[in-house]
Amino acid sequence: MYHFITGPLLWVSFAIFFIGTLTHVVLYVKNLDWELDRVSYGAHTLWGIRGALRSICLWMTPYGTRSWRIKPLYTFMFYLFHVGGVLVPLFLSAHGVILKSRWGISLPTLPGFVADLLTVGVMIAVVGLSIRRCIRPEVRALTSGREIGTLIIAVAPFFTGFMAYHQIGGGNFWTLAHILSGEMLLVAVPFTKLSHMVLFFCSRAQIGMDFGIKRGGMKSVGMPC
Amino acid sequence: MPEGIFCNKQPVETKERLHEVLGDKGGAKYYKEMESLEVDVPALKALLKTSCKSRLKTWLNGCMRCGLCADSCFLYIANDKDYRQVPSYKIQTTLGELVAKNGEVDTKFMIHCMDVAWSQCTCCNRCAIYCPMGIDVGVMFSYLRGILFSQGFIPWEMKIGSGMHRVYRAQMDVTSEEWVDTCEWMAEETEEEWPGLTIPVDKKNADIIYTVNAREPKHYPEDLAHAAILFHLAGENWTVPSEGWEETSLAMFAGDWKAAKMQVESVYAAIDRLKPKRMVVTECGHAYRATVTEGPYWAGIKDGKPPVESLHYVEWVAEALRTGKLKIDPAKKIKEPVTYQDSCNYIRNAGLADDVRYIMSQIAEDFREMIPNREYNYCCGGGGGLNGIGRYRKERNVGLTVKRDQILATEAKLVITPCHNCWDAIRDLEEVYHIGIRWSFLKPLLVDMVLVPEHLKHLEA
Ligand code: SF4
Ligand code: SF4
Ligand code: SF4
Repeated sequence: MYHFITGPLLWVSFAIFFIGTLTHVVLYVKNLDWELDRVSYGAHTLWGIRGALRSICLWMTPYGTRSWRIKPLYTFMFYLFHVGGVLVPLFLSAHGVILKSRWGISLPTLPGFVADLLTVGVMIAVVGLSIRRCIRPEVRALTSGREIGTLIIAVAPFFTGFMAYHQIGGGNFWTLAHILSGEMLLVAVPFTKLSHMVLFFCSRAQIGMDFGIKRGGMKSVGMPC
Repeated sequence: MPEGIFCNKQPVETKERLHEVLGDKGGAKYYKEMESLEVDVPALKALLKTSCKSRLKTWLNGCMRCGLCADSCFLYIANDKDYRQVPSYKIQTTLGELVAKNGEVDTKFMIHCMDVAWSQCTCCNRCAIYCPMGIDVGVMFSYLRGILFSQGFIPWEMKIGSGMHRVYRAQMDVTSEEWVDTCEWMAEETEEEWPGLTIPVDKKNADIIYTVNAREPKHYPEDLAHAAILFHLAGENWTVPSEGWEETSLAMFAGDWKAAKMQVESVYAAIDRLKPKRMVVTECGHAYRATVTEGPYWAGIKDGKPPVESLHYVEWVAEALRTGKLKIDPAKKIKEPVTYQDSCNYIRNAGLADDVRYIMSQIAEDFREMIPNREYNYCCGGGGGLNGIGRYRKERNVGLTVKRDQILATEAKLVITPCHNCWDAIRDLEEVYHIGIRWSFLKPLLVDMVLVPEHLKHLEA
C-alpha cells in the first residue's frame, strides 16, 4: 500500500499535474487571437512584455495594488494562504529529503518551526476565507460547491501534514492521508479552479498586455493593471 | 422561426426600415414582439464556437469567486450593495450560463441577458482593475452584447442606433450634404467675429483632420464653431472631411460589429483620401474608444493603431497649451471651485489622465478632484448606451447617485465633462436630483479664456 502510493501513484499524480498545467498554458497562448481579443500581441512586443510583467509583479506584491489595499484583512488572509501554500510544499525539509534520495535534487529547506508556522497560517487563512464566504453576501452569492470543494482539496495536505508532523493521533494514518491528499491536490489542479496556479499568470499577462499595448499603457505610467 | 416586424434578427439597413422602427414609439410593439422572438440555437452555437476562445473561457472558468470586484462597480454601490449587481455574478448568470449550456437557451433567458447587459453594465471596465485574475467583465458584457445583437435581442434604441450607422455612417440622420452645409454655415457665422476664420472641408495634406460626434452638427453646431475658433487661434492647418467625419459608434454599444467596422472604415477612408498628418477627435469618450482604441481592430489593422496618430481633444488642448499655441488669459481663469469628470473611455482605457491634470492646472484656480479619480474614477452612470435607452431609465437614474455624491463631495458647482455621454449623464443628473450644478465641455470655456494673438485681433478693438 505505502509503496504503491509513494511509487506509481505519486508518479502518475505528478505526470497529470505537469502535463495538465502545461496543456493549459499551451492552449491558452495558442488560442489567443489578436482580432477577437482586439489586442495586437505581436506588433508591440516590448510594450506587451512591459505591461505583462508590470501586471504580474504588481499583483504578486502584497498590498501592491489598490484592490489589495482597500481590503487589508482579505489581503492578509490571501497572502497567508498563498505564501504558505507555495513555500511549504516546495521547501519543507521532509520533502527535501525525499527529493534528494529519489532524484538527487537538493533544494534549500525551511527551518521546521517556520514551515510549521506557515502551515498553521494556511489553515487559519482557509478558515478565515471560508467564514468570509459565508458571511459576506456579495461573496456568498458567488459561492457554490465548487469553491468549497476547491478550498478543501487545497487545505487537506496542510492539515494532514500538520497532524502527521506533530504525531497527533495515529501518525501513520496521517502520513498516509497526507500523501493521498497531496496526490489528490496534484491531480485536481488541471481539472479544477486550482488551475489558476498557472492561469493566473496567463490571464494577468494578457490583461497587462491589453492595457500596456492598447489601453493607455503607451501614454501613461499610471495604468493599474 | 417567428420574427417580428420590428423586432427580428435583421439589422436595419435602409432608410425605410429606419423610419418604420422609429415609428414604433418607445419600442412598445418592438418589445412585445421580442417576447416571442425565437432563439436560433444552431447559429448561437456556431458563434460561440468561433468566438469564445482562450481569454473569454479563462475569464469565465477562472473566476475565483472572491468578490473583490463587487465594490468596484458603481452600480453595486448605487443599488445598496445588492449581490445581483456584483460584476462576477452578473456575467456568470448571463454569459456564463449561456456558454455552460452551449447556447441551448430560450427567449426568456435572452431577454434577461439583454436587460442585464444594457442596464447593469456600462462597460466602464472599472472592475477589471480590481480583479486579481485580470478579468474584465466590461469586455465580456460587450462580447455578450454582440451575441445578443446577432439574435435580435437588443434594446430598441440600439437597433436604431446601429441602423443609423449602417444607413448614414453616423449615429444620427445627418447626411454628408447636411454636414458640409453646417460647416459652411458655422464658418460664415463665426467669420464675422473672427476674420480669416475658415472651416476647410476636404483639404489635402493638412496637419490635422478633425472629426466629430453627429450630435454636434445636428444639435450643437456652435461646438463646431468653437473648435474652429480654437484651431484658428492656435494657427493650426486643419480640415474636416466631407465624408467619414463621424467618430462615434452606437454600433459598438449595440454589439453590431459589422456596422462598427463600416463606421470606422469610413473615417479611415477619409484619412487615406486626404492624407492628414494627424487626427483630432472631438470631446467624446466613446468616439475616441471606437475610432482610436478599438476601431483599428475592427478594420483588421494588425498593429492596432489608426492610420495616422490620433488625439483626443484633451490631448490636443494640452499640447496647444504646453507649446504656447494657445495661451490662457490669467485674469480669465476659472475662479470658482471646479471638478472634472474623468471619462472611462479616454482616461481608464486610454491613459490620458495627466493631460487633463495639466489642462486643469492651466485653466482653473481651484480644481477639485473627485474621489476616486483618474483611472479609478466611477462611470458617470450613463455609459455604454445606457443614457439613451428608455426601458432602463429608472436603473440609470439610480446609477447616477454615485456620481451625484462624488460631485457633491467636491463642493464644486461646475463640472467639466469633455465626453458627450458624461455630459448628458451629468445634465440628466441635475435634472433628476437638482443639486445646483452646471456642466460644460472644454471648448466653450476655452474660447472665453484664451488670449487672442495681436495679428488676429480685428474686430475686438
Ligand atoms: S474579482 Fe475577479 S476573480 Fe474575484 S469574483 Fe470578481 S471577477 Fe471573479
Ligand atoms: S464594467 Fe463597469 S459597470 Fe460593468 S460590471 Fe464592471 S464596473 Fe460594473
Ligand atoms: S459616458 Fe463617460 S464616464 Fe460614462 S462610461 Fe462613457 S466615458 Fe465612461
